[in-house]
Amino acid sequence: MSDLNRRQFLVGSTAAAAALTLGAPYVQAQKRGGTLRVIPHADLKVIDPIWTTSYLTRNYSYMVYDTLFATDAHLQIKPQMVDKYSVSGDKMKYSFTLRDGLKFHDGQPVTAEDCVVSLQRWSNKDPLGNLLRAATGKLQAADKKTFVLELKEPFGLVLEALGKPSSNVPFIMPARIAATSENEQIKETIGSGPYKFVREEWQPGHQAVYVRNPDYVPRNESPNGAAGGKRVYVDRVIWRYIPDAATAAAALEAGEVDYYEYPAIDFVPRLEKNPNLTVFVTDPRGNQGWLRPNHLHPPFNNKKARQALLYLVNQETVLQGTIGHAKYYGTCPAYFMCGGGLPYESAAGAPAKPDLDRARQLLKEGGYDGRPVVLMDPTDYPSIHGATLVIRQLLAEAGVNVDLQAMDWSTLISRRARKEPPKEGGWNLFVTWWISADVMHPAVNAGVKGGCDKAWFGWYCSEQMEKLRADWVRVTDPARRKQLAEEIQKLAYDEVPYVLWGQFVQPTIYRKNVRGVLNFACPVFWNISLEA
Amino acid sequence: MLPLIFRRLLATIPIMGVVALFVFAVLHFTPGDPAAILAGDYATPQDIARIRAHLGLDRPFLVQVGIWLGQVVRGDLGTSIFSGLPVSTLIKHRAEPTVALTILTMLISVLIAVPLGVLAAWKQGSWIDRAVMVFAVSGFSMPVFWLGFLLVYIFAVQLAVLPVQGYVPLHTGVIPFLRHLILPALTLSLIFMALIARMTRATMLGVLNEDYIRTAFAKGLASRTVLFRHALGNAGLPVITIIGLGFALLIGGVVVTESVFAIPGIGRLTVDAIIHRDYPVVQGVVLVVSGVYVLINLVVDLLYVVLDPRIRY
Repeated sequence: MSDLNRRQFLVGSTAAAAALTLGAPYVQAQKRGGTLRVIPHADLKVIDPIWTTSYLTRNYSYMVYDTLFATDAHLQIKPQMVDKYSVSGDKMKYSFTLRDGLKFHDGQPVTAEDCVVSLQRWSNKDPLGNLLRAATGKLQAADKKTFVLELKEPFGLVLEALGKPSSNVPFIMPARIAATSENEQIKETIGSGPYKFVREEWQPGHQAVYVRNPDYVPRNESPNGAAGGKRVYVDRVIWRYIPDAATAAAALEAGEVDYYEYPAIDFVPRLEKNPNLTVFVTDPRGNQGWLRPNHLHPPFNNKKARQALLYLVNQETVLQGTIGHAKYYGTCPAYFMCGGGLPYESAAGAPAKPDLDRARQLLKEGGYDGRPVVLMDPTDYPSIHGATLVIRQLLAEAGVNVDLQAMDWSTLISRRARKEPPKEGGWNLFVTWWISADVMHPAVNAGVKGGCDKAWFGWYCSEQMEKLRADWVRVTDPARRKQLAEEIQKLAYDEVPYVLWGQFVQPTIYRKNVRGVLNFACPVFWNISLEA
Repeated sequence: MLPLIFRRLLATIPIMGVVALFVFAVLHFTPGDPAAILAGDYATPQDIARIRAHLGLDRPFLVQVGIWLGQVVRGDLGTSIFSGLPVSTLIKHRAEPTVALTILTMLISVLIAVPLGVLAAWKQGSWIDRAVMVFAVSGFSMPVFWLGFLLVYIFAVQLAVLPVQGYVPLHTGVIPFLRHLILPALTLSLIFMALIARMTRATMLGVLNEDYIRTAFAKGLASRTVLFRHALGNAGLPVITIIGLGFALLIGGVVVTESVFAIPGIGRLTVDAIIHRDYPVVQGVVLVVSGVYVLINLVVDLLYVVLDPRIRY
């Protein structure tokens, strides 16, 4: 992408985020009633937001459950179920008091004990939760509405952890349900969120139905991302899963559905021309594309060979081949993403530009001997399949002997966990992408974890990186945190845990009568009304 | 007749057993692991191993087979690994759309194709015969997904007289039920119309040359009576076979049509379960569908006896 285009993308995404400061999405006197018909990006199969990291289960959970803190559209952490909280001077003791009137869908009041047990289950599973748990000395209820968190070591991300926007989100459940092992799926769907799940109308593979929770007490503030007042204007929300993109687009145009979460990018130009439809990017920060090498086996167990990938992956080429429409993508050198007010955007350590000759040289220095490099290709996942094919071509141009192995996504996510050499069923490379909320800082970004056996698939191993990340988690000073994030990025560009192939957004499209859609890292369905 | 039915029903048990074992084996030796899918993006190998153990997937293959067969014998098809819902509930939700689509498809096919086949045979070599055969060859040749989208484009997008997608149960009203099913049923029935029309024509041609047909015409019977009562009655057996096969194929789910029209039927349930390696759902669906398949074959065999008294089993 040209610099101009990149700037346009970044300015656009920043502007979209900045527009919210004007309070645009909070529409006064919105119409009440009606049924919002939504095409979600996938089928709701699992209803336990801690047991799985599925994005659709997370979205379902934002309907049904509530959170103690929440991230707003500007990435600020705001109290949600919490009314007031206090922090000791040394930032080692936190006290949280719940708002009045919080009730679960079974009519029981939300208590501090529910929060403590829910946080324990979440922290056993979620990586950021693991870090918080490791730093926690005591977490207990002080009375019905107040609970206390005492740290045994400094931890600079307490509120960020409690208001974590994406999977796994620390949703609050009744203690008796949250007491379930994190390795076992909960069976009930009782939260305290703005919608109730209609279990008897749930048909996996077809639909999920929600009704307004009449007992929900929203905060007084304007809604903002997952924070603020979650006011519900529609009576029902139906998620109708339509697997075929062409059918889904036709259903939206015909008015059979109101809201299409993520239309296939190929259909967007046509839908943009329809005067009855609105195109809206709910997460202007978008997604980050990754090429993940396996650090265990040759050639990418050698740093030089991994550095070669940095020079051969031309972000503009990959994005053009994968996304195609320049206004929906942008190149970005930052491991913690660009634009949209993201705090750790930096170009530190990044190569100046793609350079195939340099890539060939580095492969040679890395001892690459022409052996086949297994690149896994999930042909049933269009965006990843597209990026994989472009990267395959770039690898071939750099002289890599690519063994492109076609498979479905389910096979890929099973196979990526295998540590065997590629010849014995393992792998060398695969492509994936993450939403901004999952990569925007060193504590949530799974790719920069250098914990060897405990690191993300590909098993990046770096003592230095782990030390830097541990320091980052501990510090509370924003300036020092930014400086450490930059050091982490420089180290990442040297050791190459993964390679960035660009940043892109996924537009949402809905009918003109749908009002009040909010900006956030994932779709949320409060504040939406259906006008005549 | 009753001993025949009893014998055939008994014979379905080993057939379904073999099918079940085969599917179980194929699924379990196919790459992909539901535990890895469930564990999600942050899972460590230890997390995946814990989930495998929780689901019982770490047990030896034969132990897993034994546990599953034990459940099936007790009438329990198990629960979905993902949703935790009973497989029987999932199948029950999906059976109605598939059965409704099957019946409507076969009804349209038979009502149109049988008269067309009879007409083509009666007017053999005429333009009517040729037109029917062109229609039949076209029906075979058109890909279902293409025809489906074409019908959606014409009737739902351009003319806006029918819905694009979805299924409305019969109990909510006959008109909305038919409005949602007519396009998918038409899409599917074109293939069966082609098949049935060709088969009817071919068997009718053989029967129309028989002496008793000549005699019937010589007696002065109306053409319609000769064709539909005397000739079609005797030409009906192969047509019944095709119709039976059609029912069996459709009841197993028609994935492409169900996807194009977003019908929550058995086909989509099966494909979703295969994609996610939801073993109990795939095994349950295959078991039920194979049972239905065997039963439909039994019904077809019984119809042979009814239609042709010479046939004895």
